[in-house]
Amino acid sequence: MRLRDLVSGRKRLYLFGGLGLLAASIYFLWQTGVGSMRLLETTLIAMTPLTLAATGECINEKAGVINIGLEGIFLIAALSGVYWAEIFQSGVLGLVFGSLTGALIGFFLGVMSVYGKADQIIAGMGINLLAIGLVPFLLMAIWAFPGIHIFPRELMVPRVRLDTPQGLFSMSPVTLLAIGAAILAYVLLHRTLLGLRIRAVGERPEAVDVAGVSVARVRILTSTLGGALAGLGGAFMPLGWFGGLTKEMAAGRGYIALAAVVFAGLNPLLALAGAFLFGFSEALAFTIVVTPGIKDLVPFYFVQMTPYLVTIVALVLVLGGRRFPRAIGRPYRRE
Amino acid sequence: MSERLWSTLRSVAPPVVAIAVGLFVGALLMLSFGFDPVRGYVALFRGSYGSPEAWMESLAFSTPLMVTAITFAVGMSAGLFNICAEGHMYMGAAGAIAVGGMVSLPPGLHLVAATAAAMLVGGLWALPAALLKMWRGVHEVVSTIMFNWIAFWFVLYLIRFHITDPGRAERATPAMITARYPVLGGSLTGVIFVVIAFCVAIYFLLWHTGLGYELRLAGDNPDAARYAGVSFRRVILLTFLIGGLAAGLAGGSQILGRPPSWTVYATLGNLLNLGFQGIGVALIGRNHPIGAIFAAVFFGGLAHGGRFMEYEVGVSAEMVGAINGIIVIALALPEILRIVKRVRAVKE
Repeated sequence: MRLRDLVSGRKRLYLFGGLGLLAASIYFLWQTGVGSMRLLETTLIAMTPLTLAATGECINEKAGVINIGLEGIFLIAALSGVYWAEIFQSGVLGLVFGSLTGALIGFFLGVMSVYGKADQIIAGMGINLLAIGLVPFLLMAIWAFPGIHIFPRELMVPRVRLDTPQGLFSMSPVTLLAIGAAILAYVLLHRTLLGLRIRAVGERPEAVDVAGVSVARVRILTSTLGGALAGLGGAFMPLGWFGGLTKEMAAGRGYIALAAVVFAGLNPLLALAGAFLFGFSEALAFTIVVTPGIKDLVPFYFVQMTPYLVTIVALVLVLGGRRFPRAIGRPYRRE
Repeated sequence: MSERLWSTLRSVAPPVVAIAVGLFVGALLMLSFGFDPVRGYVALFRGSYGSPEAWMESLAFSTPLMVTAITFAVGMSAGLFNICAEGHMYMGAAGAIAVGGMVSLPPGLHLVAATAAAMLVGGLWALPAALLKMWRGVHEVVSTIMFNWIAFWFVLYLIRFHITDPGRAERATPAMITARYPVLGGSLTGVIFVVIAFCVAIYFLLWHTGLGYELRLAGDNPDAARYAGVSFRRVILLTFLIGGLAAGLAGGSQILGRPPSWTVYATLGNLLNLGFQGIGVALIGRNHPIGAIFAAVFFGGLAHGGRFMEYEVGVSAEMVGAINGIIVIALALPEILRIVKRVRAVKE
């Protein structure tokens, strides 16, 4: 059915071409001595914030609210996560508070777009612009150091270590949480009453209103949830991945998460696949940069472009047959 | 006449309210971190508009913002959310260095060639995103940000390997004396006239030509435009092209018209975020090319004065960027007009 539609005709060519390229690049890396284990580890880490934010945004856009402020939420939640982690001396609590920060921003955007009838694209861009100035300001105001803050290593969220025949394999529990969230989101949207309401609010808000369900409440709920997931992803970046905070840490990942949402046509499971693809391209870049033998062949600067190029190529190949909710981006006005 | 004055006032009201909201939230931020907002803002505005020298510097800061704002404003006029200015600006700066710093030409001609190169490179960099939008419908919010980051790394690569200053590794080759705009005072150079002329030219293109009418129609009422036979592909191409030229000029203005460095540092530190700030400037200027000039003067003042706020009160100058974000969020609310009306009703 849907899966077959996805891989029919020209798209099948792209899909198999893509898989072939993926296999070829893994083989190439393996030949040059890069462990595929390390590559997979990095992929799983890199896909985590993307998966979380993309999942939340899928639900949110299903209800007809667009939040392009994911990049800003990433940055602000990362800073808030580190701040609270230091206060409570606990990385996990840092993640919780980062997520709450994201939820607060999501709630705020939801209220603005429902009751303020705001232009959602401009409001979301405002969040991104706010983060560009707010994060360096807070870095100075809190830690009195420009642009970067390194926190004690003990605050890092611990990773699960597995002993495999190929060696030690480590993975963050947050990654599992992210994958679980994507699957749960799919179930929520397509198998529950709330999911039906969310989808209906995005398609025919007037019908939902007549049926006695509050459009405003559903939209604010999805916007808050989307913000919370993006916030968790943002706090994960310093606390589960980099071990430090910089003012340009998000590096376009919020927009890559948006690309995963578009790529998936609002299906959380396909968004998970998209996040994996983009996470892999980022892991590939990281791996190439540190691998002797290859890093001298390709200039570092070009390797850094990989995730952005892959995102554009993926969008070009997949776009076309995607359908978005009818009332997306439009405030609901009762007549 | 009074009718016209009234309508101008009405269109200026929302940005003024939004600016007030932005400054208010900025004051709250300062208060919550133990700074004195009154001292902060006094330092800021005295630093930005308190003396003729301050005005010169503020205008120098506002020069690139005028044109990065044009990129976004023209996009919005055509119904496109074009946030590509950041990347085009980097590319434009690289183009300006390639001609202004690497090639020897007679004075006069050199300046023209370097400026043209900056704009052309910026314009060319707009083509991929425009073509993707035209033929595959790739949304410009995602594609332009991706191209911004690609441009970021590409220009870093150029600075490292191809346009490096042989004497100083931390920056690119500065523009030659023959490719520099005359200094008017402080950091302000003649490039501001080129920039203002560009804004005025865009105003005439948008509001006094058929092409501009098509562009605005496509943005205001896509259905009517389709019915009238407007070619959307042409509108997209034109919009991106103008955006690229404008942002390229912004990048060039920082190389050919900005003492004392006349170049770009290897971190792009003196260019960073000028493109994004242009979004706020365009929205404050109500997406009008002439409005962008005035909004840029205001915001350039904030950017320059922010350094005094940092120096005298200790508030990081980056807070100006946060105020920009708050202003944009406030401007997203159409209801902000209603607040204004309510205030007026109370007064009457």
